[in-house]
Amino acid sequence: MASSLQQVISVTAMNIRSIPSRLGTSFVIVIGIAGVVGVMVALLSMAKGFELTLASTGRADRAIIMRGGSNDELSSVLVREQAQVVLDAPSVAKGADGKPLAIGELFMITDVAKRGATTPNNVVVRGTTTRVFELRPEAKIVEGRMFTPGLREVVAGRSAQRQFAGLNIGDKVDVRDGPWTVVGVFDSKGDVHESEIWVDVDALMTASRRGAYNTVTAQLTSADAFQGFKDALTSDPRVTIQAQREPEYYASRSETLNKMITVLGYSVAVIMGIGALFGALNTMYAAVATRSVEIATLRAIGFGNGPVVISVILESLVLATAGGILGGALAYVFFNGYTVSTLNMQTFSQVAFQFRVTPDLLWKGVIWACSIGLIGGLFPSIRAARLPIVDALRSS
Amino acid sequence: MSEAIVSLRGVTKNYTRGKQKIEVLQPLDLSISQGDFLALMGPSGSGKTTLLNLIGGLDQPSSGEVNVGGQRIDQLSSRALAQWRSHHVGFVFQFYNLLGVLSAEKNVELPLLLTSLSKAQRAKHVATALEIVGLADRAKHKPSELSGGQAQRVAIARALVADPTLLVCDEPTGDLDRKTADEILGLLQTLNREHGKTIVMVTHDPKAAEYATHQLHMDKGSLIEQSANT
Ligand SMILES: Nc1ncnc2c1ncn2[C@@H]1O[C@H](COP(=O)(O)OP(=O)(O)OP(=O)(O)O)[C@@H](O)[C@H]1O
Ligand SMILES: [Mg+2]
Repeated sequence: MASSLQQVISVTAMNIRSIPSRLGTSFVIVIGIAGVVGVMVALLSMAKGFELTLASTGRADRAIIMRGGSNDELSSVLVREQAQVVLDAPSVAKGADGKPLAIGELFMITDVAKRGATTPNNVVVRGTTTRVFELRPEAKIVEGRMFTPGLREVVAGRSAQRQFAGLNIGDKVDVRDGPWTVVGVFDSKGDVHESEIWVDVDALMTASRRGAYNTVTAQLTSADAFQGFKDALTSDPRVTIQAQREPEYYASRSETLNKMITVLGYSVAVIMGIGALFGALNTMYAAVATRSVEIATLRAIGFGNGPVVISVILESLVLATAGGILGGALAYVFFNGYTVSTLNMQTFSQVAFQFRVTPDLLWKGVIWACSIGLIGGLFPSIRAARLPIVDALRSS
Repeated sequence: MSEAIVSLRGVTKNYTRGKQKIEVLQPLDLSISQGDFLALMGPSGSGKTTLLNLIGGLDQPSSGEVNVGGQRIDQLSSRALAQWRSHHVGFVFQFYNLLGVLSAEKNVELPLLLTSLSKAQRAKHVATALEIVGLADRAKHKPSELSGGQAQRVAIARALVADPTLLVCDEPTGDLDRKTADEILGLLQTLNREHGKTIVMVTHDPKAAEYATHQLHMDKGSLIEQSANT
């Protein structure tokens, strides 16, 4: 007795070879599922790109210090005395000049129009110092020069410069209290800071009439030193401040938007998936019906029900997988690397990021496609196997 | 009289449609000897196909015993019955029932996929079967490229390739013209006479029945007349 496997293989091969004669209806499955997977992967790649952009920001051996209870840089205030406590804390690395490598920064929002638009959008203005490139070595001036301390000069992140109008070298931007001049552009490897503009912290304090920082970012002697650093600060009775590793802080910044896009992505995938499922069911019921005599003939010859069921499911799976791969490929071709900027719900500022169609998203898409194909083939195949042979033969 | 290869005892078949019970086969007894070529005749709706399906193990009787080749098949599970059919019965249908996507030789090979024969052995059996039905030169043709008579020959080759105990044919010439029908019937006769195949054939056509060794007439679910051709 030959194995059932051989039966499955031969019946499936037969079914699949007959697909060309049923191209129209088979395409319903392929195209339907390609649509579902394409849209789902595109949406999830948006969430993924946003997440990766934020996750790529910061390093584990750097800490961001905010006032206790603040959720983000915008709502945190640290007066100069508090900032000094941070600078004096143990485990803060020393810079080239021998001083603690930590910078008290201002974090503000200003309005700049996007390219091709007239309505203003929020851009983060970070007041920092010229030591920022020592603190954040991932950032580099790529055009023009760094701002001069004390002057109303701006260096724009490359993403910000691309997304917004009027951030080219020589342009004037109303950061606070009149025009500031753009003197340079910096690159920070596509992280969140690239969507910001940087100015001198003292000049910004003067222009905005503020005397306190928002945050301090500190370079620690090592990533392991963080716990000791944090404990020292939280146990210091002079200050109520909190310290977070940078990657943790930035990951938490992407949560809300990520959840929104992911929920949207899956909702759309489920709704479209149900549509595609009915399309697949319909197609497979029709496929089974048009071949009911052939199937009955095979069963009369002695082929088992198992091979019949499995072969119908496999056919559906093959079509669905083709659809899944097509959809994933389309999402990759059209969306991977596509740059957009969006309002980060947690900082109310624009963040530029790229859609990222990653292998795990493509894999998810194919799994989704296979699930639809599996269910789409299951019920028709059971019907085919349940139909009494003699009834199916009579219908010829 | 040689031994009975098919024997039915007290076989009935009912269908229930709603509350109504339709008795398609009245209790009937039947015995077919090894080497017989039996023509089953009778008016439309008399139960010929139903009886043939019971003999071929495609369907189960409502009551009674069906013995084929010394084995009771009326109690078998559908799985066991499928396996049994693959070893013991070759089917020929009125409309050939070839698989459209497969070439003639692939169609003929189908029953052999259920055996443990190697690929080379299968090819040999397929070639022999096509030889017997006179279609060795059409092995690579698709059913759509064959005439009705040729398609039925392929179907007959498929039915006999696994060397079954029994050939079961339901109106094998019902879709063919007189001349082609005679050729097919001649082929069946040869299979019976020279290869010793036991054949049960349902037909409306008295001329077709003349090719058989025995005739059996049915009416309203009962056997009414049995005769041997001379
Ligand atoms: N699945 C079924 N349900 C109900 N009645 C059925 C079923 N199958 C067959 N019958 C009935 O059984 C009777 C006998 O049918 P069968 O096909 O055996 O006749 P037949 O002699 O082969 O006729 P024909 O010469 O037209 O092929 C018919 O009245 C038919 O309607
Ligand atoms: Mg009939």
